[in-house]
Amino acid sequence: MNVEQKIIFSEQTLALVRKIVSHYPDGKQKSALLPVLHIAQAEFGGWLSVPVMDYVASLLNLLPVEVYEVVTFYSMFNTKPVGNCIIEICRTGPCWLCGADEIISHLENKLKIKAGETTPDGRFTLKLVECLADCGNAPVIQVGWDYYGNMSKAKMDEMIENFEKNHVVSHKNPYVL
Amino acid sequence: MEKKILLANIETPDFGRFDTFRKLGGYVAVEKAMKTMTSGNVVDEVKKSGLRGRGGAGFPTGMKWSFIDKSTNNPRYLLCNADESEPGTFKDHYLILKNPHLLIEGIILSSYALGANTSYIFFRGEWFYLMKILEQAIEEAYTNGFLGKNILGTNYSLDLYCHPSGGAYICGEETALIEALEGKRGNPRSKPPFPAVKGLYGNPTVINNVETIASIPWIINHGGDEYAKIGIGKSTGTKLISACGHINKPGVYEIEMGLPVKEFIYSDEYLGGIKNGKKLKAVIAGGSSVPILPADLILKTSKGEPRLLSYESLSDGGFETGTMLGSGGFIVMDETTCIVHSLLNYTRFYHHESCGQCSPCREGTVWMEKILHRIEYGEGKMNDINLLADIAKHIEGNTICPLGEAAAWPVRSTILHFREEFEEHVKNKKCNI
Repeated sequence: MNVEQKIIFSEQTLALVRKIVSHYPDGKQKSALLPVLHIAQAEFGGWLSVPVMDYVASLLNLLPVEVYEVVTFYSMFNTKPVGNCIIEICRTGPCWLCGADEIISHLENKLKIKAGETTPDGRFTLKLVECLADCGNAPVIQVGWDYYGNMSKAKMDEMIENFEKNHVVSHKNPYVL
Repeated sequence: MEKKILLANIETPDFGRFDTFRKLGGYVAVEKAMKTMTSGNVVDEVKKSGLRGRGGAGFPTGMKWSFIDKSTNNPRYLLCNADESEPGTFKDHYLILKNPHLLIEGIILSSYALGANTSYIFFRGEWFYLMKILEQAIEEAYTNGFLGKNILGTNYSLDLYCHPSGGAYICGEETALIEALEGKRGNPRSKPPFPAVKGLYGNPTVINNVETIASIPWIINHGGDEYAKIGIGKSTGTKLISACGHINKPGVYEIEMGLPVKEFIYSDEYLGGIKNGKKLKAVIAGGSSVPILPADLILKTSKGEPRLLSYESLSDGGFETGTMLGSGGFIVMDETTCIVHSLLNYTRFYHHESCGQCSPCREGTVWMEKILHRIEYGEGKMNDINLLADIAKHIEGNTICPLGEAAAWPVRSTILHFREEFEEHVKNKKCNI
């Protein structure tokens, strides 16, 4: 699911990183950490391995531990390998009221994995997330940077089929959407 | 009651683009402020307006601005809090999607009032698709001379950038937001010093919610006194209410403060009543951390007066029989909802989102979740109910930031209003709902 890949950004991505760093005062390049982590996660297989985190640390002139402690704090960063397509399902109150549990168990049965796991073929990962701030369309899921609302089992089946057919990869550099 | 300040014109095609927004009166407030008002004048108008923070705390915005430390030449910052994460709240999401230029216009005015030359929009990391919309609007504002150096030929300059979070509820708290923006874990800071004195990079900083900032252009265009005429009492202006749950018409509504809750829930103009003709059981009126109220108390106060959508009316009765306007996240539950299960869900949420810095919150949220779990799944004991309330009491007031209260209030208020439902779970050794 994660082919050997040299851990280095392209020239284009490095230019983007320099541009982001320029948004903060001189010497405050640590502020670019969250944006750069989002980019790194997208470019290196949807998760942040130790070598990737070390690379980000070297780019921003930080100690590796300054990156590790941040990565493990924020729920959007994955610290284990993931599938090509991560399906994030909101499970908080309003979505729960509108049937999120049904969507979760339907997907678990369909993909034959538990929430938090990845299918053996490396195609899908199910991830439970907290309120996505789109409760008017509950139940809500997120795939990549797209929101999908008013989910039903039938709608979910259709989406999975499309994702499979089109080999959808959910991790994309959010700065070049 | 139709009064649109934040959502006016949003159905106009291309309203998110500069030219259309401008044609319909956009950025006129910036021209007015830059050409005819000092920064002090802008602060005065906002003070007169009575505008209160729309993120949840309801603190008077003009007063917050007046705290900013102007005693040194250190740079000052305005941070726009777009880290909307309070369950049930999705108004800022909608506002940015539909009206990005209004937010930018508000940021320019607020930064001008504070003497800030740099501003960041701190948005939740899940919202990169909204960042695209914002960045396009920001670029248009630069191109048209409303951002950048010497705005409209004055000596005032402002740069505006978007900054993503990484998925953490706590970063909506002001000082956790600053930590995140500095590239650290989102652990709230001890106060004082307050951000107005020592905020981003140790410099004077004001943090305002998206909706608060988006209310500023109207106030500058029409004057604080005119704004104060809208609404009721100390709840001036309009408020975005994001409604969800068991209702016919979920969505974001801009209401004039003072609208009766009953009208809001049952009128076809608003939520259109409870879904599938069911009965209303309870409402969480201001985002998941405010006290829950049963149907009778959300519709009427304990004195029998109609409950209104305003800061004062919703809090009438205090903790015993009232709640709070909070963020305006209005979660409606019908008669089929298990209140214990609902509370278990929110308590799990607060456990997950506790930053772990203060032990009462870090440990208390775990215990509350565990106890609620055993009550819901038939293994609870009668004295668990008081134990739960007791733990909640010991979290409140003993933490650096209000996440402690946010986790404790739902527990205490749910037990207060629905104790018999907890008892039934214990007696029956299962959930019968």
